Amino acid sequence: MSPILTVAQLTKTYASGLKALRPIDLAIRKGEIFALLGPNGAGKTTLISVICGIVTPTSGTVTVAGHDIVRDYRAARSRIGLVPQELTTDAFETPWATVNFSRGLFGRPKDPALVERVLRDLSLWEKRRDRIMTLSGGMKRRVMIAKALAHEPEILFLDEPTAGVDVELRREMWALVRRLRDRGVTIILTTHYIDEAEEMADRVGVIHKGELIVVEEKAALMKKLGKKQLTLTLAAPLAAIPPALGDWSLALKNGGTELECAFDAREEGTAIPALLERIIRLGIAFKDLNTRQSSLEDIFVGLVSERREERP
Amino acid sequence: MTFNRHAVAAIYRFEMARFGRTLLQSLVTPVITTSLYFVVFGAAIGARMNQVEGVPYGAFIVPGLIMLSVLTESISNASFGIYMPKWTGTIYELLSAPVSPPEILLGYVGAAATKSILLGLIILATASLFVPLEIQHPLWMVAFLVLTAATFCLFGFIIGIWSNGFEQLQFIPMLVVTPLTFLGGAFYSIDMLPPVWRTVSLFNPVVYLVSGFRWTFFGAADVDVVASLAATLGFCAVCLVVVAWVFRTGYRLKQ
Repeated sequence: MSPILTVAQLTKTYASGLKALRPIDLAIRKGEIFALLGPNGAGKTTLISVICGIVTPTSGTVTVAGHDIVRDYRAARSRIGLVPQELTTDAFETPWATVNFSRGLFGRPKDPALVERVLRDLSLWEKRRDRIMTLSGGMKRRVMIAKALAHEPEILFLDEPTAGVDVELRREMWALVRRLRDRGVTIILTTHYIDEAEEMADRVGVIHKGELIVVEEKAALMKKLGKKQLTLTLAAPLAAIPPALGDWSLALKNGGTELECAFDAREEGTAIPALLERIIRLGIAFKDLNTRQSSLEDIFVGLVSERREERP
Repeated sequence: MTFNRHAVAAIYRFEMARFGRTLLQSLVTPVITTSLYFVVFGAAIGARMNQVEGVPYGAFIVPGLIMLSVLTESISNASFGIYMPKWTGTIYELLSAPVSPPEILLGYVGAAATKSILLGLIILATASLFVPLEIQHPLWMVAFLVLTAATFCLFGFIIGIWSNGFEQLQFIPMLVVTPLTFLGGAFYSIDMLPPVWRTVSLFNPVVYLVSGFRWTFFGAADVDVVASLAATLGFCAVCLVVVAWVFRTGYRLKQ
């Protein structure tokens, strides 16, 4: 299947000389949820802004469903919905007026039934006649999402959708994103909450200092780079690791009362039972056992620090 | 999609709704101000003055007063209209929408000009309560009104894009436009000035606007009406060129 969004050799150098994007190549598949991860200032927002037409690229091309975002901007932009990071709404307008405005701006004829559905979906229907300035922060964010959905985009960009949002709204957002995906909308979200990417994304891209350092299926990325750790709480402390356990990378912690073992996620399924069997055979008694799988966060921190070492 | 009419309509409606919310200050204030001008200049001072160019002074100042209000309101409305989304950040939506520069202009400048024209007509109606008025060339009057409103809304749009703060938004209207309008012959005929100042006045674009507009009322003018029309059209063309440049380079809109 041909990608719905293709970014080729895209760079952006701001007037200040800041190289926000070094050549970026990226292809987004139709219908996927793609999470763009990166620390603050990594270039996430710049990348989105270029694709959406808010920032002019220095070089390179972007096509949306085959339409170049510069030459064929009408066709490209009418397929995109954008929810920026900052809460920027009109203060005096009502949700109803502003969502209808957005629909018109993106070239679509009036459709009150659709606007009603969008507002109801986001629990904004009851507030449709209130001035936006009287709404809470979470409500304002929903208004922005409603605006972005008003023209039924095929691709939705969510720039830090859950930054500064309470837990409940965060869950609601995630549910909404899934519903949209089920309707066939392609979703690209940026976040620095890694659990969010872990929870939502089909694929993950890691951007660091304007470079896309990894693009990978989330599961594959976890598998490839993820680590599994087993900790055994021993019944009696050990003075040293028995030589019979030399095949594993073990460490004694807490004055010999804890035995820690790191596995590659790839070894999953065989390594842990084998180790446990050996320990039992050696007569080492343990009271408790605990395994921990590294999160995307650990992977991400690992990638970024690796990068730092390579290019100081 | 070759012309995004839905977008033009959306922007136009949005701007008109904004004016609707501020109806009181945007329409009532100029009416009160104009009435005050008539009381002071028309009744108090005008009663002691001779006719100017064969027209009673009270009537003579009407076209100038209308132009003065249309000019300042056009600049202020149009500059505010485009500056606000820049300031609040909602401009992201406009920049990411499938709209072309002419469509954006049509929406913003069209709405601002509509309001200015309405305002001009309301002041005209108010004035007619104070002084008997007769308009010799009504079609030309409307044409001048529309052209002036559109031109200065364009100018205001440019100021709104150029401005990086509310001070700058006020800067040009206060420092440039207000003096030019007061020295633009709204309250006098430039023939009443000493020759040197008359010559200087001919470099003031507002003189041409006021004079041309006054001609549509009374058939008499300080400068040739053709020159007036040419000057207004010329300024309109300059504004269009600047706006075209703004959109081509993304000046203060896009990085």
